[in-house]
Amino acid sequence: MNEHTEKNIGQSQHGLKEIFKRLSRAPLAMIGLAIVVVLVFTAVFAGFIAPYGYAEQDLMAAFEEPSGAHLFGTDEFGRDIFSRIIYGSRISLQVGFIAVGIAVFAGGFLGAIAGYYGGKADNLIMRAMDVLLSIPSILLAIAIAASLGPGLFNLMIAVGISSTPNYARIVRGSVLSIRNQEFVEAAKAVGSSDLRIILKHIIPNCLAPIIVQATLGVAIAILTAAGLSFIGLGIQPPIPEWGAMLSGGREYIRDYAYMTVFPGLAIMITILALNFLGDGLRDALDPKLKR
Amino acid sequence: MTDRLLDVRNLKKHFPVRSGLLQRVTAHVKAVDGVSFHLDKGETLGLVGESGCGKSTTGRAVLRLLPVTSGEVLFRDKNLLVLGGEDLRRARRNFQMVFQDPFASLDPRMTVSAIVGEPLSAHGLVSSRAERDDRVVHILEEVGLDPSVLNRYAFEFSGGQRQRIGIARALVLNPSLVVADEPVSALDVSIQAQVINLLAELREKLSLTYLFIAHDLSVVKHISDRVAVMYLGRIVETARTEALFSSPLHPYTQALLSAAPVPEPGKKSERIILKGDVPSPLNPPQGCPFHPRCFRVMDRCSREVPGLVERKEGHFAACHLYD
Repeated sequence: MNEHTEKNIGQSQHGLKEIFKRLSRAPLAMIGLAIVVVLVFTAVFAGFIAPYGYAEQDLMAAFEEPSGAHLFGTDEFGRDIFSRIIYGSRISLQVGFIAVGIAVFAGGFLGAIAGYYGGKADNLIMRAMDVLLSIPSILLAIAIAASLGPGLFNLMIAVGISSTPNYARIVRGSVLSIRNQEFVEAAKAVGSSDLRIILKHIIPNCLAPIIVQATLGVAIAILTAAGLSFIGLGIQPPIPEWGAMLSGGREYIRDYAYMTVFPGLAIMITILALNFLGDGLRDALDPKLKR
Repeated sequence: MTDRLLDVRNLKKHFPVRSGLLQRVTAHVKAVDGVSFHLDKGETLGLVGESGCGKSTTGRAVLRLLPVTSGEVLFRDKNLLVLGGEDLRRARRNFQMVFQDPFASLDPRMTVSAIVGEPLSAHGLVSSRAERDDRVVHILEEVGLDPSVLNRYAFEFSGGQRQRIGIARALVLNPSLVVADEPVSALDVSIQAQVINLLAELREKLSLTYLFIAHDLSVVKHISDRVAVMYLGRIVETARTEALFSSPLHPYTQALLSAAPVPEPGKKSERIILKGDVPSPLNPPQGCPFHPRCFRVMDRCSREVPGLVERKEGHFAACHLYD
């Protein structure tokens, strides 16, 4: 009868620790996480891991098959493909994470405003997003990259803008469902400002679907960036980028297939790992699967 | 004259009904249609009525949680309805709300410390986390919660404990008026009494004034000094609690009281069964809103809307029977 007896039902098992615990029950997600961690390490310590410089040419050793000296072989300038892929992870991860960061930030902000205030603001923002969504995102990215010019930073902006509408939609949807909950009314009743309500109540409560979408979004962003580099609108030589390496090796694909196979594998494994992780996170963050 | 804290005059809240392709306003749901009441300092007014009669809407409109159609809400002689933006936000310090559902009204991603401390942070009353926790612990003790719960999440608690957290949040700013919107109807009966007693205790200790909204008559009888009975968006009768329960004037109140179970075995109460359902507030009946269901209906009732008139000292009823 006395409710005070229930006081010590164990410490709080909320937050990151709990999410990780649930994530660790999915083996595929853990494989994905491990690969992503290895990739991040590779990118950070590329200078120590790579046996050669990314622009180090050795014309005498051009078109060498994979061997002990050159693990993945060499390209038409005698550059070590293994080293270039390792350095390339820097670019790919940067583009992936920063472009998604731009998209999450811009889309989240627009979506939160549209969802929270509704009415005219909602209509204006979401119709603009619909216009962006009506253009295939790769075409939109090409258009933006073409108008901004090539380069790492422009590439990130192009990829970021082209995926903004997706995040705006997800955030708006979550905000709409949270806005009408009683705890938001309670926050208003105690005198919290709109900004405070959005930052402290609405955003934390709609974070889960955004995290999932962002993890999957990194994979898409890397792919889009590789695609843009492939058609020459992204990273410019001699900076190694996986998409650009694919494109460079294309001419020699009949005789020296390894030149395209290895960068292709790098892209594939990265995307696969991120997708595994995203799927796992979606399950781990789903409140319906709690306990 | 006594110390008047709240004076609500002719409060109206109409929800527009939109339909058709152009979303034109085609009708209004008159959820609250001309409600007037007052609250003196330290007093508790129980607002009762069946579901859909507009009692929760009244509570929310008084606190400006809903845009109001018309009327006046004088809080310490200042009209809350003309306040806007930042002024309103700052004024909220003085009047707080306890919500019905202790599960929905606490943010699932916040700790008790953050939930109860939010009003303090929102009004910039504390400068550090330690200071906030200090005041939160103090109020948690007042509502009978152990300070060790500070860093736990709301979902770890039972309904009664959650409602205590909700009460702590409402009281941490030391408000003078608290609107309690069916604060116990979502709780188990065994817990209800605890929470009601807690509210009564805190009223004395912190000299609070309550607008207590409920549909449970025994709960209202226990805690209120005065009771107002609502029907279809209007107050039909208001009196001191004893007077209302011992000699109800309005036929609706009589029917309502007859439906409440009597905790005395063997004693048979005369049950007044009303015919029909509550009419839709979208299309309320002409004249007295209660006349289609009234067992003492007269000709006049379908033509004239009765005003809320004082029939005995401090006992108001809106009924033609007593003219």
